[in-house]
Amino acid sequence: MTIDQVTILPLYAASGTAILVLLADLLVARRAVTFGTLALGGLATAICAIVVGDSRPPTFCAGAECSWLPGPVAVVTAVLFAGLTVGVLALSVPALRLGTAPAGEFCFLLASSMTGGVVIGYAGDLISLIVGLETLTLPLYILVGLRRFAPRERVSTAGASASITFFLISVISTAVALLGAALNYAATGALHYGHLIAGFGPMYSLAQVGVTLLVIGFAFKVAAVPLHAWAPPTYEGAPLPVAAYLSTASKLGGVLALAAIVSRLDATAITAALAVLTMTVGNLVALRQQRMVRLLAWSSIAQAGYVLAALALGGPGVRPAIVYAVFFMILEFIAFATVVALRPVASDGGDMRAYRGAGRSSPWLGAALVLAFAGLAGLPPGLAGLFAKVTVVGALIDGGWGWLAGVVALNAVIGLAYYVRATANLYAAPPKPGIQIVDPDLLERATHPRLPVSRPVAAALIAATTAAVVLGFAPQLLFDALS
Amino acid sequence: MTVYQVMLVATLALPALGAAALALLPARADRPARLLATAVAAVTLVPIVVLAFAHHATWVADTPESSAIRPWAEVKWSWVPALHLDFHLGVDGVSYPLVALTGLLTLLCCAYTIWRVPEGGSARTLLALLLVLEAGILGTFLALDLVLFFLFFEVVLLPMYAVIAGWGGDQRRAAARKFVLYTLFGSVLLLLGVFTVADKAGTGDLVTLTGGHGLSRGTQYAAFALFAVAFAVKAPLWPLHTWLPDAHTQAPTVGSVILAGVLLKMGTYGLIRVGVGVAPLGAHWAAPVLGILAAAAILAGALICLRQTELKRLIAYSSVGHMGFVLLGIATLTATGIQAALLGNVAHGLITGLLFFLAGAIKDRAHTGELAELGGLRETAPRLAGVLGFAAIASLGLPGLAGFWGEAFAVVAAVRRGGGLWMTLAVLAAIGGALTAAYFLRLLRKVTHGPAATPVPAGIAGAEWFAWAPLVALTLAVGLVPALVLVATEAPVLALTGAFR
Repeated sequence: MTIDQVTILPLYAASGTAILVLLADLLVARRAVTFGTLALGGLATAICAIVVGDSRPPTFCAGAECSWLPGPVAVVTAVLFAGLTVGVLALSVPALRLGTAPAGEFCFLLASSMTGGVVIGYAGDLISLIVGLETLTLPLYILVGLRRFAPRERVSTAGASASITFFLISVISTAVALLGAALNYAATGALHYGHLIAGFGPMYSLAQVGVTLLVIGFAFKVAAVPLHAWAPPTYEGAPLPVAAYLSTASKLGGVLALAAIVSRLDATAITAALAVLTMTVGNLVALRQQRMVRLLAWSSIAQAGYVLAALALGGPGVRPAIVYAVFFMILEFIAFATVVALRPVASDGGDMRAYRGAGRSSPWLGAALVLAFAGLAGLPPGLAGLFAKVTVVGALIDGGWGWLAGVVALNAVIGLAYYVRATANLYAAPPKPGIQIVDPDLLERATHPRLPVSRPVAAALIAATTAAVVLGFAPQLLFDALS
Repeated sequence: MTVYQVMLVATLALPALGAAALALLPARADRPARLLATAVAAVTLVPIVVLAFAHHATWVADTPESSAIRPWAEVKWSWVPALHLDFHLGVDGVSYPLVALTGLLTLLCCAYTIWRVPEGGSARTLLALLLVLEAGILGTFLALDLVLFFLFFEVVLLPMYAVIAGWGGDQRRAAARKFVLYTLFGSVLLLLGVFTVADKAGTGDLVTLTGGHGLSRGTQYAAFALFAVAFAVKAPLWPLHTWLPDAHTQAPTVGSVILAGVLLKMGTYGLIRVGVGVAPLGAHWAAPVLGILAAAAILAGALICLRQTELKRLIAYSSVGHMGFVLLGIATLTATGIQAALLGNVAHGLITGLLFFLAGAIKDRAHTGELAELGGLRETAPRLAGVLGFAAIASLGLPGLAGFWGEAFAVVAAVRRGGGLWMTLAVLAAIGGALTAAYFLRLLRKVTHGPAATPVPAGIAGAEWFAWAPLVALTLAVGLVPALVLVATEAPVLALTGAFR
């Protein structure tokens, strides 16, 4: 087997970043150097992916079939994984400076996770796919629970229990996916994407069961209803930046894995059923959430439903699904980044009441959150989100799935109800105190001080917002990159 | 680019840039912000006025006869080919009166806000939102691409929500939420319709699509059904109107004026341009249902108005009836009916805009809108009572004022359409017209006549005169010379209805 080393440059860059971060932490042992290494490594990964591009021939080939398939989707998602990793690092910097987690370990785990993400995009067979998915997820079990407490600080076990929840569910889902791959292999003898066929004769049902189990296993990763229950408590217990990573990069991994399956094997019925359940239940439950991270978690479940709806189309649905996922990741990242910026360092997402009037006291952060929420609801000024919805609905109608497009459209209406509630809350007048106050504004400012936003968080927020605005006005850039 | 193309882009760009500039002004600069917004709204009128001359410039221009839309001026740039989306703007006789109305009402609202800012937030933000609304509404009227039309249709949702929720009355939150959810429901149906058409026809270009070219009967039925419900929510058509009274009652005066004056017109304009234009077979198929609902809206609106006890709510419900006449005109699918609808649109925008300004003025002075607590305005504030009387009489459709033509000719069109159904609808609409007179006279009796219940200061500020005078003048002008609105509509309307002859 000959291996084209240039083609796998993105993988080298990503895994090299992980090793360099580890070495930098061991040898230099300065936080700034560790952060810098990961940031530059992420940048290098993105650049490698772009430079190597999608036109190089596949490599890691056994005969005609290859395990490393460069393609437009792989390039775009590799860049997105790298960007999200660096973004999450930037969101974590204030907390890491405070010492809530060991910086070296944190960065190493994040880089390992990025490596897994890059592999998923390029994978050409089921084994590489599942290994990539596990490499993406495994570091996250630790990252979710990685929290040190200051001597006087109240110790919370929320992170640990979130970590265990996530670990148990994830292991089960991997086992299910592996069983599916094994059954499919037993029935058809195929592992490489090019060989995946529907199965025939007496083996047909066995292969079909395998496909269904694969879809179910991967559906856990995107938190599709009814396999979603782990997501809200895990997001809630995890540090905010890690929750952002779970809801973006980790979810993107699941979407890619599902796309790989549904575009080659017939899983239309189960994907459509999952899509309808996911968006409807996600939106309905989100209506009642009172905590910010739970709201984002349920909204992110609902958003996964729209991606699944596109994937129900099979092969033609992959591009709209990825378009939707990319737009969603950027907007979701903005939402989480704004929450990080509005909250004290290393605190949780808090109650919705904590955000009351936040848009009045911090107009720029308020504007960013409005952009994110409007985009997630699919309305201007969040043009990126509008184009995402339009893409999915257009693709569904194109594919003759008018009823599913109708379900997506109605869900957008339900979704708007809670996005609008959360957004209006940002601009609500401060609650009236029960006693007579000479200057209520002074009291409000004293009890809700405007927190300074640290530079890395601001930079991540500005970068993500710029990306959302640019892609909102020129979505064709993304369509071109994906074709 | 020709000068008209520049003007076309400027019509949209000026308010959008103005809104951005306002957002970047420091919060302290409140008065400069109000002046800037008014200046931007005034400057936006310049390209709108210039565009009127484009009509004559292209009068002799040789355009292909095949399409029903022959824009006076147009720009077309590719934006997102993957979604059939072109940045295709154009103006013709159907859209121009509404474009002018939008520019005028926004200017009046901005000028009014210099003088009085509704409670709830800063004038700067309110004005920025008004300018965004203007850009969105103008974009909807100017768009000649289905997907672009949908895009602009969506632009107005959240700013209008924010205007109601930020500056509205006591129950503003609930009213704003109801407004935004209802209208989003309408626009997602529009989205489905747009892509049903764009997918089958392979293009989103309205110029190509108008006349239903290349669309099968089934597609046109499905598309028209989606479009009709979508625009019926926006217009609103009974029984999908329930968001309207709450939104109007709670919205601040300027919000109500924009909402009633031009936002509702997006629904009726969309029905003519997109619904009837793109899916004529569907329109023909659904016309009886649309006509029956329109007649029901006229009667229901009038009967509900007779029972209203609150000033703004009454005017809001009167909109349901007036829009019923407009929809009846459209439903006849005759040239007369559609011209009546276009005229009714503009007339309703002028008169109801004026009525909401007056209702705001009365509520500001008397601190109540309850009809039972008002009275004797004729004695306490004779000028205000006079203008209110003028607006109410114009609204009830007195010949010689703007409201008459649209309603009368909607009935005439239904009669001319012939057949038992349309005759019945015409009779019912005429009865509705009589009831309209009844409830407006009841309104006048309660508010202007009788003993003075609540003291109302008589003085009228200069800003109020500035906001009312153009509307009064135009109501009179359009009433005397309806050709002002209709001068350029004949050709496009005949082309549109040509499919039904």
